[in-house]
Amino acid sequence: MKILVSVKRVPDPATTIRILPDGSGIATDNVKWVINPFDEIAIEEALRIKEKQGGGDVALLSIGQQPWQEQLRTGLAMGADRAILVRADQPLDSLAIARVMAKIVGDEKSDLVIVGKQAIDDDSNQVGQMLAEMLGWPQATFASKIEIVGTKCTVVREVDGGLETIAFDLPAVITTDLRLNEPRYASLPGIMKARKKELKEIPVDSLGVDLTPKLKIKTLAAPPKRQAGRKVGSVEELVGVLHSEAKVI
Amino acid sequence: MADVLVFAEHIAGHFPKTTLVAVNAGIELAKKRGGGKCVAVIAGENLDGPAAELAKYGMTKVIALDDPKLAHYLADVYAQAMTALAKSLGVEYVLATATAMGKDLMPRVAARLNAPMASEIVSIGDDGTLVRPLYAGNALATVEMDGPLKVISVRATAFDSAKPGDSAAPVEKATPELDPAGLKMQFVSFNETKSDRPQLTEARIVVSGGRGLKSGENFKTVLEPLVDEMGAAMGASRAAVDAGFVPNDLQVGQTGKVVAPELYVAVGISGAIQHLAGMKDSKTIVAINKDEEAPIFNVADYGLVADLFKAVPEMVEALKKVKHS
Repeated sequence: MKILVSVKRVPDPATTIRILPDGSGIATDNVKWVINPFDEIAIEEALRIKEKQGGGDVALLSIGQQPWQEQLRTGLAMGADRAILVRADQPLDSLAIARVMAKIVGDEKSDLVIVGKQAIDDDSNQVGQMLAEMLGWPQATFASKIEIVGTKCTVVREVDGGLETIAFDLPAVITTDLRLNEPRYASLPGIMKARKKELKEIPVDSLGVDLTPKLKIKTLAAPPKRQAGRKVGSVEELVGVLHSEAKVI
Repeated sequence: MADVLVFAEHIAGHFPKTTLVAVNAGIELAKKRGGGKCVAVIAGENLDGPAAELAKYGMTKVIALDDPKLAHYLADVYAQAMTALAKSLGVEYVLATATAMGKDLMPRVAARLNAPMASEIVSIGDDGTLVRPLYAGNALATVEMDGPLKVISVRATAFDSAKPGDSAAPVEKATPELDPAGLKMQFVSFNETKSDRPQLTEARIVVSGGRGLKSGENFKTVLEPLVDEMGAAMGASRAAVDAGFVPNDLQVGQTGKVVAPELYVAVGISGAIQHLAGMKDSKTIVAINKDEEAPIFNVADYGLVADLFKAVPEMVEALKKVKHS
C-alpha cells in the first residue's frame, strides 16, 4: 500500500504570538518550528498501518520553502520511507494546496492519503476535504480509529455529540484527530537512517497547477484583551460576587 | 448584490442554536452585500414539519431537499446536493456553522464549486469583509475572497441566533441532483454520548474539569454535583479527555468545541493556550485551581486558589443556600 502523508511546518504551539506592527504577519525571529501536531499523528498512523500490513510505502509531502526539509527529516527519522518537498515561495491558499496535493497523489498513485485535520497556525481545517473532492474519493475527517482490511476501510470519527462510524473502499483521504494515536519519538538510529533516505525537491511551477490565491489575508490584528480579573478569598465570596456583581447566578 | 445559501443542519428535525446562528449570519451577510436573498436549505427525509418550523426565522425562502438518499449525513452525497443547488440558485455565498458537520461538509462543497472558503468567521463588516481567527485565536485576520462563488463557515459563538417572527418564508420541496457513481461512502453507526444536561454549545453556564480532577470517577462524584446544581453543561480540558476521564465531545479548546457562555467555570484546569482558545470569549470566567501561577488566572474574572476537592463541594452547598434564600 502506498500512503501519502502531508507535513506542515508550523510555530510550536507554545509560542507567544506577536503580530507585526503593520499587521502583515507574525514576528518569526524567536519562533521554534515544528511539525504540525496533527501531521505527526498522521505520520504515526501511516507507520502503524504499514507495520500492521507487513509492508508498503510511506511518503511524506511538504509544500513550502527550503527550511521545511528539517521537518521532513524528522518525519523520515520517525520511520517514513521517503519525502517530497514541493518548493513554493508564494503564499498558497487551501484550494491551491489541495490542487498541488492532488497532482502529487496522481503521479504517486497513492492508495491512502492521511492529513492532519487542521494546521494549528491557520486553523482552517479544509485541505483534506478539498483534496478528497478533487480526487473524487471518500473522506473521513476527525478520525479517532482506523481499521483497514484489504481495501475496505472503517473509520470512527469524533463528531458533535459522540462517535460516528463510516466505511468505504480505498483509495480515500483521512484527516487525523487528537486521539487517533500517540506519535513515537524519532530514535537515534532513526535519525541516522533518515539522512540517507530520499528527499526529492520539485519546483511548484513545474506541476502545471493553478496557484492563483482566491482567499487572501489582508491584515492581522490582535484580539480584544480581556479586562484583568481578581482573586477571591473563599467559596463564599465567590458565590457572593457571582450573584451580586456578575449577576450570573 | 449577493445571494446567500445557508445550510441548516438539523438533528432529527430539531434546529440547534448553532443552526439558528448560521441563519442569522446568512441574513446579515445578504443584507450587507446589497440586500440579496438568504435561502436556507434543509436536507434529509420527512422534512415537512422541520421545514415549516425553519421558515419562521426570517430568511427569504426555505428549500427542503427531501430524499431517502439524504437520510444519513455523508460528505459526498450532501456535497453533491448542496453544490448542485447553489449553482441552480445562482448564489454567491454558501454558508454553514462550523459544527463537526459544517467542517466536514463545507470544504468539500468549496472544492466542488472551485470556490475559496473562509473558516470560522467571527464577524461580517458593513461592506461584507470577513474576519477569522488564526493561531488559536491569538490573531484576527481580515480576509478577502475572489471569484463568483465563496464558501463560509461561521463560529457559532460569534453571532446571535435568528429569532422566530410572525411571518413564514415560502417552503419549496426539491429533489437533490445526485451522481450515484460519485457516492462511495457508507454510514455504519452513531454512538451518541447520552446526557440529560444542556449541550455545551447551547448552555448559559458551562462547568469544565481538567486533569486536576484526577479521575473519571471524580468527575462524577465531585464535578457533576456542581454542574447539576448550576444547571450547566459539562466540559473538559484536552488533558482530561486524553486521560480517558470523559468522552471526546466534552473537549473545549482550539481543536475541540469553542464556547462562549455567560459563565464559564474552570475547575482544575491549568489554562493552556489551546484551552483558552475555546473559552476566552465567555462573558464571566471563574477559575478554581490550587496553583496560583496557573495561566487560567490570567483570563479569569474571579480566581479562587484552593483545593478543588474542598472548594467544589463547598460551592455546591453555598449555591443551594443562594437558591433557597
